[in-house]
Amino acid sequence: MSEEIIKNIIVRENEDYIINMGPQHPSTHGVLRLEVCLQGETVKYIIPHIGYIHRGIEKMCEAITYQQIIHLTDRMDYLSAHMNNEAVCLCVENALQVEVPERVKYIRTILDELNRLASHQLWWSAFGMDLGALTTFFYGLRDREMILDIFEESFGSRLLHSFNAPGGLMHDVHPNFQKGIKDFITYFRKKLPEYDQLLTGNVIFQQRAKGIGIMSREKAIAYGVTGPSGRGSGFSCDLRKYAPYSAYDKVQFNEILYTEGDTLARYKVRMDEMWESMNIIEQLVDNIPEGDYTAKMKPIIKLPAGEYFQRVETARGELAVYIVSDGNKTPYRMKFRSPNFSNLFVMNELAAGGKIADLIAISGSLDLVIPDIDR
Amino acid sequence: MSSTSTIYDFSTLTGSIDAALHNWMSPGLVLTAELVLVGLIFLTFYALLGLFLVYLERKVCAVMQNRYGPNRVGPLGLLQTIADLIKLLMKELIPIRKADQFLFNLAPFIVIIASFMAIAATPFAKGLQAVDLNIGVFYVMAVSSLGVVGILLAGWSSNSKYSLIGAMRSGAQIVSYELSVGLSLLAIVVFSGTMQLSGIVESQADGWWIFKGHIPAFISFVIFLVASTAEINRGPFDLAEAESELTAGFHTEYSGIKFAFFFLAEYINMFIVAAIGATVFLGGWMPFHIGNWEAFNHVMDFIPSMVWFFLKTFFVVYLIMWFKWTFPRLRIDQLLTLEWKYLMPISLINIVVIAFIVLMGWHF
Amino acid sequence: MYKQELTDLLKELFPEAEFPENTQLTEMVVTSEKLHYAAHLLKNNKNLAFNYLISLTAVDFKENMTVVYHLESTDYHHTMVLKTVLTNREHPAIDTVSDIWPTADPHECEVFDLFGIRFNNHPMLRRLFLNDDYGFPLRKDFRDEINIIER
Repeated sequence: MSEEIIKNIIVRENEDYIINMGPQHPSTHGVLRLEVCLQGETVKYIIPHIGYIHRGIEKMCEAITYQQIIHLTDRMDYLSAHMNNEAVCLCVENALQVEVPERVKYIRTILDELNRLASHQLWWSAFGMDLGALTTFFYGLRDREMILDIFEESFGSRLLHSFNAPGGLMHDVHPNFQKGIKDFITYFRKKLPEYDQLLTGNVIFQQRAKGIGIMSREKAIAYGVTGPSGRGSGFSCDLRKYAPYSAYDKVQFNEILYTEGDTLARYKVRMDEMWESMNIIEQLVDNIPEGDYTAKMKPIIKLPAGEYFQRVETARGELAVYIVSDGNKTPYRMKFRSPNFSNLFVMNELAAGGKIADLIAISGSLDLVIPDIDR
Repeated sequence: MSSTSTIYDFSTLTGSIDAALHNWMSPGLVLTAELVLVGLIFLTFYALLGLFLVYLERKVCAVMQNRYGPNRVGPLGLLQTIADLIKLLMKELIPIRKADQFLFNLAPFIVIIASFMAIAATPFAKGLQAVDLNIGVFYVMAVSSLGVVGILLAGWSSNSKYSLIGAMRSGAQIVSYELSVGLSLLAIVVFSGTMQLSGIVESQADGWWIFKGHIPAFISFVIFLVASTAEINRGPFDLAEAESELTAGFHTEYSGIKFAFFFLAEYINMFIVAAIGATVFLGGWMPFHIGNWEAFNHVMDFIPSMVWFFLKTFFVVYLIMWFKWTFPRLRIDQLLTLEWKYLMPISLINIVVIAFIVLMGWHF
Repeated sequence: MYKQELTDLLKELFPEAEFPENTQLTEMVVTSEKLHYAAHLLKNNKNLAFNYLISLTAVDFKENMTVVYHLESTDYHHTMVLKTVLTNREHPAIDTVSDIWPTADPHECEVFDLFGIRFNNHPMLRRLFLNDDYGFPLRKDFRDEINIIER
């Protein structure tokens, strides 16, 4: 069986001008290889090749305990580290029927949204770079620093903060937590309009993004494109809204939906989501209840035999965790349905027939994080 | 002309050097010595200018991006680019096995020679110009478009797909935008009635063409700015080296000093188009004068003509940098649409309007 | 649609399928021959309309391989799990559902890569992550003495 090599059925003709974009390429944002077939400047088809950063997280999970798995999930979508942790925690808590304290729910939700803000800021920065507007990178990162400082103060780490633990949080947040967040929100409410001034209204940007890579709602659903990319096509897929977890059922917010489905719509969804995230945080940050930072948990967590499924909304879409347990302290099988994996494979549908520059714009607007694809 | 007579004329200096040399040696030797002298001065100037422009670009971009820019090596980081140059000189020249070696090595020289030739006709100050051709504008246009040959050679001979696409883009782009640059310069040639660069500068003694030439001259200036930015492959028209699409475009495979040549040529080209723009539209080394304000005009005359030239040139350079660091890049088809559907017809109509204005004698 | 209603509707449509009790989501187990038909019906039935395949994966239960489909309807927001059991461990094969849900295309490649399950009629079945001569690491009988230390 293993000797059998499956031949690709796309026959590459000799005249095809094939460019391997990646694994080292400035705008693939990681080690992704896109096999791009060109006719002049026009893209004929794209075959994504992945696996350059495959670490076998699912296999590793079968050998380690649930507390340890949390730390692996950080390394999947490193820009939504907190949401990844939360997915596993929620799944384990549901399986054990543990009710986490209200304080934990509030803090988790705030951190989710902060992480989403940080992720969208980085996306905005890198998206501008993809389109050749190099200045956006520094504007985005300047503001992202503020969030990372809040993270550092509370968790001790800036990017991969395995702050969630099954049953609650690793430890309580820093006393400055609320003040830091409030300062940031007041600051960022002034700075976010700058983003629009710099990029959104630009004529060249509008021309580059409008009507490029149009994805219909049906296509988004068929290809499982979730998150802001899916919502730009009118696919109402915000799990925070229709399958609320943590404290999302306690806050008022709008699901951002655009129906155009082009690159500009995906861009606008993320820009509006930043405003919504700030709204959510503002509703929660003053009302964090006092209490324990974790529920009482046994030191060794053993899930009852069975299958558990939990979905959360990360910054890039729907992350689903599927645990098959046989009653041991390690999972029998663990599957992560990562949003980027599905989002990547719609690329051929969107970019084929366009120009190379459009391909870059589209891959930027899908906001891919490669370690999440490879896992 | 009376008001400009106080400006120091460099031709007295160059004339005295010429006379002194003639006293010492035969006319043939004098010519050789002068050529060597001018060549040496230009080489030094060229290298220093390139380094300074790179420094300036980094500082300007740092200002746009909320950061400091180079500030460690030397005072205010002024020596940073020299350190970078030394680094580039010491870098290994990576040989490309399947490249066409001769053309691969030739390409950077063509690019740099083209920019070097263009700088020869630039009037830096009153009487300070290496060659004052009577077809100066035409010469600069012709020579500066030679650079594209080097770019095409570089892209083709690298035997890299990215390079080839970059070179082809660059070819299409420069061939298109050359027309608009030419037509916008032609507008001022029509106004001033001469192609000689020194003559164009002299014709602006009573006011720069951008002010004297009504709206058509201003339109020409804008078209010139856009088209020349495109011609020198700078953002937002840097499709030839679009680093997010083609990694580095035509110079992907170059390293070390050969890469430095492309790099330097790009910056010098920027200086050249800025110098041409300043000379033709903003009065070159002519001081800023306002109508009959004799006292004001007289004070302005005391600022050396060279300072005026460089002020104006770096103003245009700053404009070009400003574009680059705030605009996203265009797509290739949008780039060509902009030229053939908008800039080109506008400049053609503009020329006709200007010809009419000049015919009726409506300009100042 | 609530879980019980969904189960009733499914039982009506698929009388021969199995419905395991006490599961987190509604589960339905069909035979591998019936899978493509079941998937087709689940998507196109107006009351079910499972048009969104959340995830497609497999589990190696030592004596058999189970392919697991998590489905959701974007109209009704109800979810279910479709399962099929493959008893042939040597040459496990099943019909592809990538013609029904295009997103199944990469997911099936992933399952093929990690479990060695072949998907018939798949347009471009290839190994996504690993080398062509690598084993199938998520199978429970996978051994790699060099890289994996047994505890």
